[in-house]
Amino acid sequence: MTESTQTISANDTPSAPGPLAEFWADFSRNKGALSGLIVIVLITFVALFADVIAPHPPAEQYRDAFLVPPAWTDEGTSKFILGTDAVGRDILSRLIYGARFSLSIGAIVVTLSLTVGIALGLLAAFSRGAVEIAIMRIMDMMLALPSLLLAVVIVAILGPGLFNAMLAISIVYLPHLVRLTRAAAITEMSKDYVTASTVSGAGVLRLMFITVLPNCMAPLIVQATLSFSSAILDAAALGFLGLGAQPPIPEWGTMLAEAREFVLRAWWVVTFPGLAILITVLALNLLGDGLRDALDPKLKKQ
Amino acid sequence: MIRFVLSRVALVIPTFIGITLLTFAMIRLIPGDPIELLAGERGVTPERHAELRAEYGFDKPMMVQYWDYISGVVQGDLGNSIVTRQPVLNEFFALFPATVELSLCAMIFAVFIGIPVGILAAVRRGSVFDHSVMGVALTGYSMPIFWWGLLLIILFSGILQWTPVSGRISLLFYFEPVTGFMLIDSILSGQEGAFTSALSHLILPTVVLGTIPLAVIARQTRSAMLEVLNEDYVRTARAKGLAPRRVIGIHALRNALIPVITVIGLQVGVLFAGAVLTETIFSWPGIGKWLIDSISRRDYPSVQGGILLIATTIIIVNLLVDLVYGLINPRIRHQR
Repeated sequence: MTESTQTISANDTPSAPGPLAEFWADFSRNKGALSGLIVIVLITFVALFADVIAPHPPAEQYRDAFLVPPAWTDEGTSKFILGTDAVGRDILSRLIYGARFSLSIGAIVVTLSLTVGIALGLLAAFSRGAVEIAIMRIMDMMLALPSLLLAVVIVAILGPGLFNAMLAISIVYLPHLVRLTRAAAITEMSKDYVTASTVSGAGVLRLMFITVLPNCMAPLIVQATLSFSSAILDAAALGFLGLGAQPPIPEWGTMLAEAREFVLRAWWVVTFPGLAILITVLALNLLGDGLRDALDPKLKKQ
Repeated sequence: MIRFVLSRVALVIPTFIGITLLTFAMIRLIPGDPIELLAGERGVTPERHAELRAEYGFDKPMMVQYWDYISGVVQGDLGNSIVTRQPVLNEFFALFPATVELSLCAMIFAVFIGIPVGILAAVRRGSVFDHSVMGVALTGYSMPIFWWGLLLIILFSGILQWTPVSGRISLLFYFEPVTGFMLIDSILSGQEGAFTSALSHLILPTVVLGTIPLAVIARQTRSAMLEVLNEDYVRTARAKGLAPRRVIGIHALRNALIPVITVIGLQVGVLFAGAVLTETIFSWPGIGKWLIDSISRRDYPSVQGGILLIATTIIIVNLLVDLVYGLINPRIRHQR
């Protein structure tokens, strides 16, 4: 008896769980967030191995198989599980390759706007005065237009196309990231540890990126996840309006735009690309909500 | 109160100037010759080119050009459309009522379903109803509405044949617009069946455009209500023996609605962005579809003027929401 008590006290001294373990415990308690994560991992897997998984090349046009319905309907064939589109391309294969585009769009937009947004936000927080006012006023002006409309304007200036659409969406997401970074940085800067490193002679760049930034990351990570899903949605919307990825790129929104005229004749051409968008965006939003709950200390204590 | 109004109006002015700078710069940033863009003339002779350059003022310094532009804007001169040669302002206001009618209906749809559903979900927290409402709301929030519109067309116009696919009213009816709102004009026209036709054209676009605001409002109402229900004064009201209906409907709801009203105000921008997509799907003759058509026709004066007018509308509506908010919530009014 005494022996067992001793071993417990020796090995399991109440050491606090590490921040990662604590985060994972909070995060994995949220079933929605966990299922969102699983779906995203699956979609990433599909996107990475599209060459192996897709039954047909995405641009291959089967001249004898225009608008073939899905396999489980009477006229469907097992060759085209989700049917074919108006020029005889396999919809499933195009969706699988489309996952590559949507995920890359999200990743590129988030990386781009996060990098620039953090830089501008830190610059505003550290410079104060005229530079800060200038940056923040410009961001306020950008917020006057809804993000999709502003993206439409930017694409109208730059010209339609996938790259310009991504650029436009990245620019449009800047204001929120800049504001978040600036607000978090200003809060951190008033704390003692920052004063301490200033006193010990840390340079401005070191203060910005090594001392302050890591402590501002929690809200930025949440915003980045949510931006990832909006980026996919907005890029699909631009594609649908003919301003984003141009045919024959199998981007999901562009596929929908091509399918529009067949809406009353071939439901499958319209249904599946949109379903792919919805599932991806929904999973990312679940993931983002879970991350926010796990990372936000105010919500955690409740 | 006057100080509050003036300070809010003063905050709007730099934003408006910023928007005019954006639309002013737009034409000049587009790759290609601005003369060709504005005049819509391709392959002009050098003499005609110089003539047009002087006419549009491109030979003047940038500051003077901006001054000319903004004095035109203030007087309502936004240039002429390349395609129709009509003033952009007239084109905009001819189509504006269609978008307003659609947006208003979508907002009414979202508010009248979203608020009661949100309240009920909060009151029955953790119930099956609560979980399903939140699940549906998250799905609605993640919805690509352009796809949602197409799905509804497949179901209601294709399979069930209940609603028409596009337009604002059946081509059988024609009457001069009085208010510009098809629902009202169709009644005023006195033609039999006109109102039903207008209504049936309006239903699907309303649902599509209202989906995201509905999801946002339901979520916001639920969380605001949950917060208020935990307050001491609500417990006091309950302890006094007031009927639960009265506690929830009057005591709690009043305070819970304050953040909900903010969110409703913020949805105005969402509605305009959504109108671009919804109007494109349903061929609804409003400013959203007009804007996209103008972009694809490279009618840049229309795009430039349209963006300025849409942004101005959003700024004005947000200002009004801000002011109403200050009116109902003294804490905001007396800040600082």
